[in-house]
Amino acid sequence: MIRDPQQPSSRTPAMTPFSALSLLRQGLSGQRGWQPQWRNPAPKSAYDAVIIGGGGHGLGTAYYLAREHGLSHVAVLEKGWIGGGNTGRNTTIIRSNYLFPESAALYDHALKLWEGLSQELNYNMMFSQRGVLMLAHTVHDMQVAKRHVHANRAAGVDNEWLTPREAQAFCPPLNIGDIRYPVLGAALQRRGGTARHDAVAWGYARGADTRGVDIIENCEVTGIRLDPRGAVEAVDTTRGRIRAPRVGVVAAGHSSVILRMAGVALPLESYPLQALVSEPVKPVFPCVVMSNTIHAYISQSDKGELVIGAGTDAYTSYTQRGALHIPSHALEAICELFPMFRRLRMLRNWGGIVDVSPDRSPIIGKTPVPGLYVNCGWGTGGFKATPGSAHLFAWTIAHDEPHPINAPFTLERFRDGALIDEAAAAAVAH
Amino acid sequence: MLLIDCPYCGERPEPEFVYGGQAHIARPTHPAQVGVDEWAQYLYLRANTRGVHAERWRHTHGCGRFFNALRDTLTDRFLATYRVGERPPQPPGGWS
Repeated sequence: MIRDPQQPSSRTPAMTPFSALSLLRQGLSGQRGWQPQWRNPAPKSAYDAVIIGGGGHGLGTAYYLAREHGLSHVAVLEKGWIGGGNTGRNTTIIRSNYLFPESAALYDHALKLWEGLSQELNYNMMFSQRGVLMLAHTVHDMQVAKRHVHANRAAGVDNEWLTPREAQAFCPPLNIGDIRYPVLGAALQRRGGTARHDAVAWGYARGADTRGVDIIENCEVTGIRLDPRGAVEAVDTTRGRIRAPRVGVVAAGHSSVILRMAGVALPLESYPLQALVSEPVKPVFPCVVMSNTIHAYISQSDKGELVIGAGTDAYTSYTQRGALHIPSHALEAICELFPMFRRLRMLRNWGGIVDVSPDRSPIIGKTPVPGLYVNCGWGTGGFKATPGSAHLFAWTIAHDEPHPINAPFTLERFRDGALIDEAAAAAVAH
Repeated sequence: MLLIDCPYCGERPEPEFVYGGQAHIARPTHPAQVGVDEWAQYLYLRANTRGVHAERWRHTHGCGRFFNALRDTLTDRFLATYRVGERPPQPPGGWS
């Protein structure tokens, strides 16, 4: 969809439902009848709530505020274009096999929402539960992976242990023996998989807009104004001042920058995280494979590209790019595990800025400033949590208190010591 | 890949180095007298600067020594490197 950002449109929200019939009708009329999927309104001077950050988490928050909490006088402010940050830069992997009960509950809440999201939003998320296979290459890996399997099953989250042969049967391209670190087994979460990341932003944007939410792009927040009592009063933006008694910050790598405007320091550091895709090929790769020890993530998109995740760069940065030796390292691991990909060419490589917290768990909740809420610290793994994060953050903003699932994920845990230490337990190397 | 000017060895490629996080964070001198807020500040709160950032690096695969650097996190350009114990260099008018 191409629109002129200088031309505000303020038609009454009226969503054309997508269906086989509407596709057929548009097909017969030359596809000329489609309407923009959301409006392009100018910002109003005041809202009941403002969400800073137009990624999947922020748009979803606005959607759930309108749909479940009756708060439709809401604006989403986005510095660039919606879904242009980490929502459009990740490797689209979805899983919930985290070690600690708090994390497993949080990510499984998201996974359950994923399972009904396409129907709920009437938008094809291309959600594919093709299974996430996490490889073990050492005795220690096996112990950690089996501990995860048991912890997950006790928490009601599916996860199972596969022998090397079973892993190869599940993922035939996998080379289990003839490599420096042979595959000794794997943990498989069958409910895990992938989704189309752009569709997540667009589907939530359309759903929120239909319920009256204003999505305002090209609108950078430059300041947060507090009233004499110290509560949130307004945000200053490049498109003027917007008053709101409730402000939710969902700004990923820039969360520190935004919160500092209100005098709140966060325990976050922002790092570049790189990913890359290959030239498209026919369907050859049936699942998602992750290796913690030799560090590689890989799946195949429906378009045919191999989607490959590399690690974070060593240093903090806001550049949305990183050093070549980081993806090179990931490719070396991919070529060891899947020799048939050795002659594939890589098409694109990019970086996103991820906000990493000390315990590698997110922060979803209130801040010391009344009316100011924060949802950040998702680090290298926020995409999978998008619906759950948005759903719980909307609840937190609407009730001015956290939902029981996100209650442990406070900002205060870094003062009180109640860390949810997935740094060693998220089953990936950070 | 960054080219980093170790104050002891000169310019070397990034993989020879390990990043050491924000520089000039002093451990509280009397830990027993420090409250939880100060501990949280020391352990976890970071500037996460968008701009000129003072940070530690260690030349692991070289001299093995720690040193400090000023780097612009918007461009990744190094402005200066300096030895531990030295103050960060400040040109007249500040870094631009």
